[in-house]
Amino acid sequence: MNRHLPSTLFDKVWDRHVVHARPDGYQLLYVDRHLMHDGSAEGFARLRTRGLSVRRPDLSLATPDHFNSTSGSSIDAIADPHKRSLVERLKDNASRESVAYFFLGEDSQGIAHVVGPEQGFTLPGTTLVCGDSHTATHGALGALAFGIGSSEVSHVLATQTLWQRKPKALRVSVDGVLAPGIYAKDMILRIIAELSASGGVGHVIEYAGSTIRSLSIESRLTVCNMSIEAGARAGMIAPDDITFNYLINKPRSPKELAWDRALRFWITLRSDDDAVFSKSLSLDAASIKPMITWGISPEDCLSTDQNIPDPESMCSTAERQACERALAYMGLQPGQPINSVKVDRVFIGSCTNSRIEDLRVAASIAQGRKVSIPAWVVPGSGLVKRQAEAEGLDKVFLEAGFEWRHPGCSMCVGMNGDIGSRGERIVSTSNRNFIGRQGPGVRTHLASPATAVATAVLGRIASVDQLEVS
Amino acid sequence: MKAFVTLEAKAMPLDLANVDTDQIIPARFLGLPRPDQVDALFRDLRFGDNGEAVLTFPMNQTRFSGSKILVVGNNFGCGSSRENAVTTLLDNGFECIIAPSFGDIFYNNCLQNGVLPIVIQHQRVVRLFDLLTTGSNHHVWVDLENQSLKFPDGTTEHFDIDSFRKSCLLKGLDAIDLTLSYSEAIEDYEKNRFIELEWQV
Repeated sequence: MNRHLPSTLFDKVWDRHVVHARPDGYQLLYVDRHLMHDGSAEGFARLRTRGLSVRRPDLSLATPDHFNSTSGSSIDAIADPHKRSLVERLKDNASRESVAYFFLGEDSQGIAHVVGPEQGFTLPGTTLVCGDSHTATHGALGALAFGIGSSEVSHVLATQTLWQRKPKALRVSVDGVLAPGIYAKDMILRIIAELSASGGVGHVIEYAGSTIRSLSIESRLTVCNMSIEAGARAGMIAPDDITFNYLINKPRSPKELAWDRALRFWITLRSDDDAVFSKSLSLDAASIKPMITWGISPEDCLSTDQNIPDPESMCSTAERQACERALAYMGLQPGQPINSVKVDRVFIGSCTNSRIEDLRVAASIAQGRKVSIPAWVVPGSGLVKRQAEAEGLDKVFLEAGFEWRHPGCSMCVGMNGDIGSRGERIVSTSNRNFIGRQGPGVRTHLASPATAVATAVLGRIASVDQLEVS
Repeated sequence: MKAFVTLEAKAMPLDLANVDTDQIIPARFLGLPRPDQVDALFRDLRFGDNGEAVLTFPMNQTRFSGSKILVVGNNFGCGSSRENAVTTLLDNGFECIIAPSFGDIFYNNCLQNGVLPIVIQHQRVVRLFDLLTTGSNHHVWVDLENQSLKFPDGTTEHFDIDSFRKSCLLKGLDAIDLTLSYSEAIEDYEKNRFIELEWQV
């Protein structure tokens, strides 16, 4: 590598992890951090079939999140014996291979992408992988983090490396000041609408600009989390004082002299001023409104004051057909104002929006109000739950009529049985509005926690400002 | 992993864009043993609300039964990293998938399982949709060594694939075996990593 060439944040992290570069462009990349969850059983099984053991258990961490119940925090709360055995298998696999794990009922347990940052397991300049596509989340701390399949999980367990082709770099810059009541979720939904669901394929996104710089770590995690919904493998934000203040004194972050050494390295992790990106997008923060999805892909997105699109206005036959299919599944009419749509249920949670800041925003709006439809709050981890309870947020939610549940992926993906019923319309703070994502025939609208609370109160899609009017 | 060299087989068109992995295999079937996932392929596209077969869905049409090649729209396999999306396709006989583009993780997962993902231009995929839906010949020929496809109308099409992935597929070579042969390089890297980044461990 020529050190004089201007390089991006992504280049700087990638290049120092190359173990071997083949002439055909494939590079063997070292993995600093491997997160596992209760869907990782297959990765362990493949390893065992081959008679191999975990190469670096000290660089691995496991926590159940997908299959555990959110109605209780013990293993016995999982009614389905098969799901219970998957959660137990994680514990068995981790203890046999000397991998550190957090178990149900412990404060440290939670959604892998909430747990990694809050434990200081995720660190700037590291490579981090997990058998889950929302691993991009961890890029908020300046890590290069991406999701892998179960074969690659076993590959990492066996070798602590992965074969990769270096992706291209895409920069998304957001500058200016967000209007009051506009959150990171609105920003990333708008970015996905601009890029499309496939606009980031083959790329790693770097989020930059004054608006991004001003975001808290929780908000940055929300932004990076949904990079995959634009097709990008990873999203990254250069670490800065906000990052360092977040990480200092986390259980697994470096301490004392090691912290000083780490900091000297971390401050070098930013794109050079003249670094070249293969694609770029710029947005004015002031133009971002409360956003919500209307269709079956996160790119099917509009602001809450807009109308449902009309397939007749689409340019191509393919676009028209895709729009008609989405409207048919979602049970919506062209031209209908999105904020007139009645909603059956609200879900606040997931690796996108279940952190303490999300719950504070949601509680501040729920305070003194009542929900008119069933609504759940599922905190992202035991630590988030405990912090929220210490601040009295649980009481605010309960008094407003929300259910206050135990940490897990829950209704984002429904693998633990937390699903809606056919035809039900759910406003959800999660990351995917795919057909059947929250249960067969369930209609999902993605939005911020603020919009989710306003919707829960009014029983129809609504942004917070409408709550004030009514 | 089974080697992929050539394939002459029936191809099934699925003219939809952004087919995500939740549509390929819905989440409620994850965690089940692999044999129990076979019938979950495209479950909610294949069957209606009351379990009735959706006749317009190509898997429910006898003319496409026994297909080993799947032809699909843009961004196929976007979404979750679940490798079951690939293994369930494979267990239903699909060994090759042709699309204008794929979700990145799904594409990698195909290569880990001996399934060949082929990217060709959108207009050529559209042409293939036309040939398969209107013609009586549904056969497509795939030659990985020569990176060539032959459509039912006899026209041929070149496709690109990384030489590394190509050679792994041709030999049915598992990446772990290959990587273990680089153990020395990994050990060297780890030694230097420890010196440079003492704080990381």
